[in-house]
Amino acid sequence: MSSSDERHDNPQADQAGVSRRNFLKGTSVALTVPLIAQSEKVVKAAGADVPVYGPDKVNITLTVNGAAKTASVEPRVTLLDTLRNELDTTGAKRVCDRATCGACTVLMDGKPVYSCTVLAIEAQGHKIETVESLEQNGKLHPVQQAFWDNDAQQCGFCTPGFVMACKALLDEHPTPTDEQIKLGLGGNLCRCGTYHGIKGAVAQASAGMKKLKGGKRNG
Amino acid sequence: MAEYKWPEEGKRQHLGKRISRLDGPVKVSGKAKYSYDINRPGMLFGKILRSPHAHAKVVSIDISAAEKMPGVKAVKIINGPGFEIQWAGQELVALAAVDEPTAEDALRAIKVQYEKLPHLVNEADLSKVPASNLRPASTNATGDVAKAFQEADVVVEGFYGNDVITHCCLESHGLVTEWTDSNNVMIHPSTQSVSTVHNDLARELKLPAGNIHTHMDHIGGGFGSKFQIDLWGIEMTKVSQMAGGKPVKYFLDRDAEVMIAGSRPSAYAKVKVAAKKDGTITAWESDAWGSGGMGNIGSPPYPYVWTRIPNIKTKFQAVNTNVGPQRAWRAPNHPQAALITMGALEDLAAELKMDPLEFFLKNIELTGVRANTYRDELLKAAEMIEWKKNWRQRGEGGPGSTKTVKRGLGLSIHTWGGQPHNSDCDVIINPDGSVEVKMGTQDLGVGTRTALAIVAAESLGLPLNAIKVTIGDNRLPVSGASGGSTTIGGISSSTRRGSIDALNTLFEKVAPAMNTTPDKLEAVGGKIQVIGDATKSLTWKQACAKLGTQPITARGKQPGKEQLASAGVGGVQMADVSVDIETGIVKMNKFVAVQDCGLIIDLKTAESQVFGAMIMGVTYSLYEEKVMDDQTGRMLNANMEFYRLAGLRDIGEFQVHMMTGKGYDERGPIGLGEPPTNSPGAAIANAVANAIGVRVSTLPLTPDRVLAALAKKGGKG
Ligand code: FES
Ligand code: FES
Repeated sequence: MSSSDERHDNPQADQAGVSRRNFLKGTSVALTVPLIAQSEKVVKAAGADVPVYGPDKVNITLTVNGAAKTASVEPRVTLLDTLRNELDTTGAKRVCDRATCGACTVLMDGKPVYSCTVLAIEAQGHKIETVESLEQNGKLHPVQQAFWDNDAQQCGFCTPGFVMACKALLDEHPTPTDEQIKLGLGGNLCRCGTYHGIKGAVAQASAGMKKLKGGKRNG
Repeated sequence: MAEYKWPEEGKRQHLGKRISRLDGPVKVSGKAKYSYDINRPGMLFGKILRSPHAHAKVVSIDISAAEKMPGVKAVKIINGPGFEIQWAGQELVALAAVDEPTAEDALRAIKVQYEKLPHLVNEADLSKVPASNLRPASTNATGDVAKAFQEADVVVEGFYGNDVITHCCLESHGLVTEWTDSNNVMIHPSTQSVSTVHNDLARELKLPAGNIHTHMDHIGGGFGSKFQIDLWGIEMTKVSQMAGGKPVKYFLDRDAEVMIAGSRPSAYAKVKVAAKKDGTITAWESDAWGSGGMGNIGSPPYPYVWTRIPNIKTKFQAVNTNVGPQRAWRAPNHPQAALITMGALEDLAAELKMDPLEFFLKNIELTGVRANTYRDELLKAAEMIEWKKNWRQRGEGGPGSTKTVKRGLGLSIHTWGGQPHNSDCDVIINPDGSVEVKMGTQDLGVGTRTALAIVAAESLGLPLNAIKVTIGDNRLPVSGASGGSTTIGGISSSTRRGSIDALNTLFEKVAPAMNTTPDKLEAVGGKIQVIGDATKSLTWKQACAKLGTQPITARGKQPGKEQLASAGVGGVQMADVSVDIETGIVKMNKFVAVQDCGLIIDLKTAESQVFGAMIMGVTYSLYEEKVMDDQTGRMLNANMEFYRLAGLRDIGEFQVHMMTGKGYDERGPIGLGEPPTNSPGAAIANAVANAIGVRVSTLPLTPDRVLAALAKKGGKG
């Protein structure tokens, strides 16, 4: 668990009266249970039990934005397509569908991943956060507010991916250097050319998020 | 009494201010539903089988195995035996299945036999193009070019070109389509023309146009490639019908998107230009060609902007190639014309040992009616990039150059029309004081929604949040397609007229109660008051309450009374680059733009348009290229890892300056989406030539091309 994760309380977990730490422990147990339960076969590989899926549909459970969601998908189906087509969570976009553009970026246990390149079955037991989770009680997250204020979106199709990559960047580097920004957001592409606004948004969000979390840092 | 004409500077509440786009919150929060995001109950997933061959005849197609697969609901042959395929990626079979994996499996189960035919997919080298692929040449001449070249002090000849690039919209083309009953169809397309895209579909399905309902809230990029319903829109609607009317979602996979859903034609030209010793340009001659696939294309305007060069001779020839067809690409023909014209003129300046800025200024009258605008813009841009301080003679290397990294500056000027399109707009004032603006337009991400609210709020003396904007549906008043930078002029004019008409009706209703006549009233700061007398006023809400139960609906139109928008803009861009002469890599240091667009509605989104165009310009200048394989006739980089777009790290520092105020504002709004896209290729290519002392003839300026140009120069020297 990286230290950056510790800084982010899971709101749903809070509501349920579960501490962040316990919540994560719970999900890591869930990682193995449903896999074995739903796999048709378990084979021995390198001395370990390895579940084998498919080719038919399997029932899976994903933890998306703090809630357990179930779906029935073939093992070849990606996390992105499951979010979009099975769970109607369409913030993450499908653009290149092969790990180049970042439009599908979501956070998996706090780390940004290209959800087009993660299988849904692999995503079980991990904490998935999509762009839809950031707004709380009708209030935009500082990263979202900064994207709006700096006009860092035109058509907006790349924006959810950028917002999530930016959040992950600032979680890890609250005051990022230029080089960290280039690396952190280098995996996302925009066709409308909003990079100028995005640079401004990162600066504003960096300041905003520090303010937001000021009180919780030492805890 | 309110009049249509735009308020003077100083009296503007919202116009020209920096206003954040209204749909920002839904876009940053992932709530914005693009057509690609629409999920309908029982929805099927469509797939299309495409030809792997660039030129072939279909001998046979066997769909029986696909039809029998569980979960496959409909299979339809689009182009069957005997059909002559003209490009790789052309459509053969459409199908729909319960989910995407099943649909993909079904595609694989289809058996097609082809008879391959010879193809042509590259045309940069005209000597290798068979005569049968050449379309008739068009020529043009003014003055006496032969004589002018004879008498000139300096003549420069060069070759310049621009390979085919694609639109690569991040939301690919496609739609969700369904039959709501046996006579009515609902479509959610990704389109630049909400009000008209259904017409071709209606014709094809033999349905009355009114039986097709189109809705689209957001679109993930179009850039000129999304005006039509397209073959897949028609075929998927037929597939939906075959499947009992069930909704079908079909959006192109990325490979198809970049292969066949639109490209910008190539442009190549051999150019000869002449000048006197003092730098006066005297003659232009160009022999140009290009290809947009199998269809005909027109010549880019040569010489670009410099139309008053006294002696001009041009020739253009379109080449048929077996490549996915061209579509309008943001400012059709202009970026190519700019690259070739400004490149040739920069080479001429270099030969004269003149600073191209001085050279452009000296000849500026040859640009015609906008000479003064260009002069002002050139001087402004020069100041922003510190031209005087940073420019050096070609090949000397600008300040900060090292043995291996050379710095250079380049410039370009451009133009565009952007006249207003036709537009109807309903402005509704409700008895409760709420205001609605309704229009069958679309917001491509340029801020159309926001502009509508700004114009209505400005006209009615209300805050922005008092206006509810409804767009994106063909059941709303018809407004034109968003193309050619025609939207802002059209939608702002119709909304202005509708708002003023609605307001005048309100004045008529409330004047008696205020003991005055309608012509003595004005709407200011959320109040209706006697002109110049704030003591005699009603709040907006009080005034609207006098309407009783009947809202006011006014239909504003463009065209209409008084001209509120116009056409024709100029712009200047200057680039500062560094080129590593060991690796051939070009790096953007700084890029500046000065642009006019008449009266600005929203300064914030206007600037974003220019930044966006410049970034797109860096991308097409340095990276974008549809790489076609002579052997197989296929696109080798039909993806996004090798069809490269610039990323955040590639762009350098950007500055934009908008020309506003006297001389600009009174022209009314003029379209801005396209003009700033025109100069980047030229400015960047000129900067590279200035840095390394030799012209890299063809965009994109990839490392291999830079190194090849350097090697050639070395060989000559
Ligand atoms: S869609 Fe996943 S990286 Fe492009
Ligand atoms: S805003 Fe359109 S792709 Fe980024």
